[in-house]
Amino acid sequence: MSAVSTSLYLGPVLALYLGAGVVLLADLIGGRRAMVGAWALAALVVAAAAGVLQALLGASGPALHDSIVVDGFSLFFTFLLVAVTGAVILATSEWAAQIEDRGEFYGLLLVSVGSMVLLVQSNDLITLFVALETTSLAQFILAGIARNDRSSEAGLKYLLSGAVAAAVLLYGFAFLFGMAGTTSLPGIAAFVRDGAEGLRLPLLMAIVFVAAGVGFKMAIFPFHAWVPDVYQGSPTPVGSFLSVASKAAGFALVLRLFYTGLGGAGTSVTQDWAVLFGVFAAASMLFGNIGALVQTNVKRILGYSSIAQAGNIAVGIAAVAAGNTIGPSGVLFFIGTYAATNLGAFLAVNAVSGRLGSDDIADYAGLVKRAPVTAAVLALCLASLTGLPPTAGFIAKVYVFNSAIQAGHPWLIALVAVAVVNTAISAFYYLRWVRTMLLDEPSDDTAIETPGGARAVLLLASVGVLFFGLWPTPLIQAAQRAAAALLA
Amino acid sequence: MLTLFLVLPLVGAIVSVLMPKERDQDAKWLALGFSGAAFVVSIMVFALFDARVDSYQFVDTFEWISAPDAGFVIRYTVGVDGLSVPLVLLLGLLTVVSVLVSWRIEVKPRQYFAWLLLMETSVAGVFLSLDLIQFFLFWELELLPMFMLISQWGSGRRLYSATKFLLYTLAGSAFMLVGFLVLGAAAGTYEIADLVDNRVTEAAVPLTLVFWAIMLAFLVKLPTFPLHTWLPDAHTDAPTAVSVMLAGVLLKMGGYGILRIALPILPQQAHDSRVILATLAGFSVIWGAVITLRQTDLKRLVAYSSVSHMGYVLLGVSALGPLALSGAAMQMFTHGTITGLLFVVVGLIYDRTHTREIAQMSGLLHRMPLVGSVMIIAGLASLGLPGMSGFVAELTTFLGSLEAHPVATTAAIFGVVLSAGYILWTVQRVLHGPQTERWRDLTDATAWWEVTAMASLVIVILAVGIFPSLLTNAVEAGVAPIARIVGGIS
Repeated sequence: MSAVSTSLYLGPVLALYLGAGVVLLADLIGGRRAMVGAWALAALVVAAAAGVLQALLGASGPALHDSIVVDGFSLFFTFLLVAVTGAVILATSEWAAQIEDRGEFYGLLLVSVGSMVLLVQSNDLITLFVALETTSLAQFILAGIARNDRSSEAGLKYLLSGAVAAAVLLYGFAFLFGMAGTTSLPGIAAFVRDGAEGLRLPLLMAIVFVAAGVGFKMAIFPFHAWVPDVYQGSPTPVGSFLSVASKAAGFALVLRLFYTGLGGAGTSVTQDWAVLFGVFAAASMLFGNIGALVQTNVKRILGYSSIAQAGNIAVGIAAVAAGNTIGPSGVLFFIGTYAATNLGAFLAVNAVSGRLGSDDIADYAGLVKRAPVTAAVLALCLASLTGLPPTAGFIAKVYVFNSAIQAGHPWLIALVAVAVVNTAISAFYYLRWVRTMLLDEPSDDTAIETPGGARAVLLLASVGVLFFGLWPTPLIQAAQRAAAALLA
Repeated sequence: MLTLFLVLPLVGAIVSVLMPKERDQDAKWLALGFSGAAFVVSIMVFALFDARVDSYQFVDTFEWISAPDAGFVIRYTVGVDGLSVPLVLLLGLLTVVSVLVSWRIEVKPRQYFAWLLLMETSVAGVFLSLDLIQFFLFWELELLPMFMLISQWGSGRRLYSATKFLLYTLAGSAFMLVGFLVLGAAAGTYEIADLVDNRVTEAAVPLTLVFWAIMLAFLVKLPTFPLHTWLPDAHTDAPTAVSVMLAGVLLKMGGYGILRIALPILPQQAHDSRVILATLAGFSVIWGAVITLRQTDLKRLVAYSSVSHMGYVLLGVSALGPLALSGAAMQMFTHGTITGLLFVVVGLIYDRTHTREIAQMSGLLHRMPLVGSVMIIAGLASLGLPGMSGFVAELTTFLGSLEAHPVATTAAIFGVVLSAGYILWTVQRVLHGPQTERWRDLTDATAWWEVTAMASLVIVILAVGIFPSLLTNAVEAGVAPIARIVGGIS
């Protein structure tokens, strides 16, 4: 394989890694005057352009000795991750200008997202693990980047639980390698399809370990304990990155591992892990929503809410029992809408929390008078997280639940019943927050200015939330094309 | 045209929010303009509706979400038939009345009218949608305006009541969605007409379960004993206009859903469940009436009487015959106008007396002759006096259901006696009796918006009572296909 085509296949990843280097260098040379944020954005643009090139030049299929693969699935996530990171950078430039380590902030952000792109492209357990660890390491440091007690605590907590998760995941990988004799995902798939007779129990153990390891990244129950603390403690820009990009990458990882590697549809072992994820989904929704009910800190509410949302998404993974790609396309569609929604919510919180000087929900009273645009966007995003029409969250939920029910298994219908009851529970805390912002009287009337970059991103997010709620067909079709690549 | 009816209030809501703050006082004119325009559209729809045509009319449709591989094709489809056309008219009228009785709203008027108009759009969507997912969308859309209106512009324990409303409705609609998805997966379509024509006979879970999952949402909304407890709270703490909308059109979403979806799509299950439904109906009528008798709060009294009166709707539905179904559909319309008017009157009285305690009122008729007279008219209509709309609907229902459910019907007729009791007793306590010093300075309702609000409803009540065919032609055409379908089951 020539250097040209290698760089084509690895284009987005290389652009992001090189961008990280450039950012760090610029910071080193230019000091406080360096436009590191602009460099980081430039790297993202180049990465997106490289993704477009992949799509246009038809670069698809495995490459680099089958260790990576470029397909519709990887492209879907490449664009999503790059867009999310760009939005985070744009919206938080004001915050980043104030911190001491902003070179490191942008550099680590690029390393992290670059590794995520590598993660969604990986076609081999080793590539996958290396990419996962690289992105995680960068995130551990990012969580602690504010250098205060809370932030350091968040970073350390994230690091410790992440390390355990990585060990468990690696243990599961070792099982798989031991049985299949290969680390390549297609190879493992072939083994599961043909040679797994009589190995159901060890295979099941491997699956449980792998699911536990990736469950940490998806932040589903019972591997969620780090979420509220880390979201609360780490700086809000980092929290928004973790809750959207990292979670999306986690789900991409699961889809790749389980759909491509562990049988996709139609093998007996598939039914086993479908049930496993069904249980995870139900538990996540229940735990996340009940946990969120009693919180008064908005970042903790968002933390618990993201656990519950992960449960909603996992319903789409359990729907693999349907034996087709409806489930994963539901997961992809949900993640697409969730990215816009949760990013809007987190960045809105970020835009006001610094000026409010508090993350207490009581201080959001009457926010619509003090910061009308931000409050309106936040209210819209919360309605979307609840799943109220006409937002994208409504369609996403109906679509994912539909995917589970199309499977026709009674236990999946029961799972959806649990999910819809949870929607009712979640309305309680989401709408209480909306009500506080729109209708309560503010304690003081001073206006809260939202910086231009943040305002633009917030408006973009709300356009996304409304557009995909009113006209979801394009995103659904993109998700279906990406999901089809998984089983190709 | 129907899409226009759907979109007009929404546009009004958006304009209302975007208006500059200095123009707070213009919000009501704006709301009146948009709801009035929507009302005109609804009158045109009603007038141009042809009862002889045996299909949906004024249909607008296009493919909204297209994902056939995922079994997820949603068509935006709106249309009316004889079942929905009276309700559309009712919605158009009551929204205007609601805007009028809110004329003196002082707190955040732009947001208030925006939520009110958004509510009209969502209820209109429920009455017009001919696709299950679209129906569900509008059903859910109605929650947020209602929650906001009660929790902010209400009184008393308003946040508690609003939350209770929200949780009851969401819990019901949650299972409705599961039921819809199971039906859709089994039939491969979400279009109501297709689901009616190609009956689903087998699904992943027993269809009886699906039937009750869907019915739960409708029974909560109706509301039916023992799922009714959210209603008195919501009514008591809601502002007048919201009570009018709630009693007038929101409860009808439940009855409408049963007639539009549950009965024609799952007739066998409806047939099997008819005794349970009739029993629930009988309990609702009697229980609601008995509780009403015991109320000391005027607004709570009207609220509980709604539970009793909506029991007639369920009774008519459970009989499954053409006559009883017509009665149920008519009762929905007449109850909407009568109870809407009662809430208007109660609101006008409360505006002046600042109390809703019946015990504190006495001899109000002398001070407020107009409001008092209208209250008497509404009360008489409510207890089913011949010559008014309530009589026609109740008589039709009883005639239709007597044979199918003699016990429940007898109980319901006894409920009429009880309702005569509580209404006459209330009128006597509030309007008659000695004049007291405390109410010496009360003034009658003379402002144009108050008079218009009352007059429009009185006219409709009398018109339907004297010329029932205004309503019956459409309603009979609307329920005929449903009666054919459920009549084919034995």
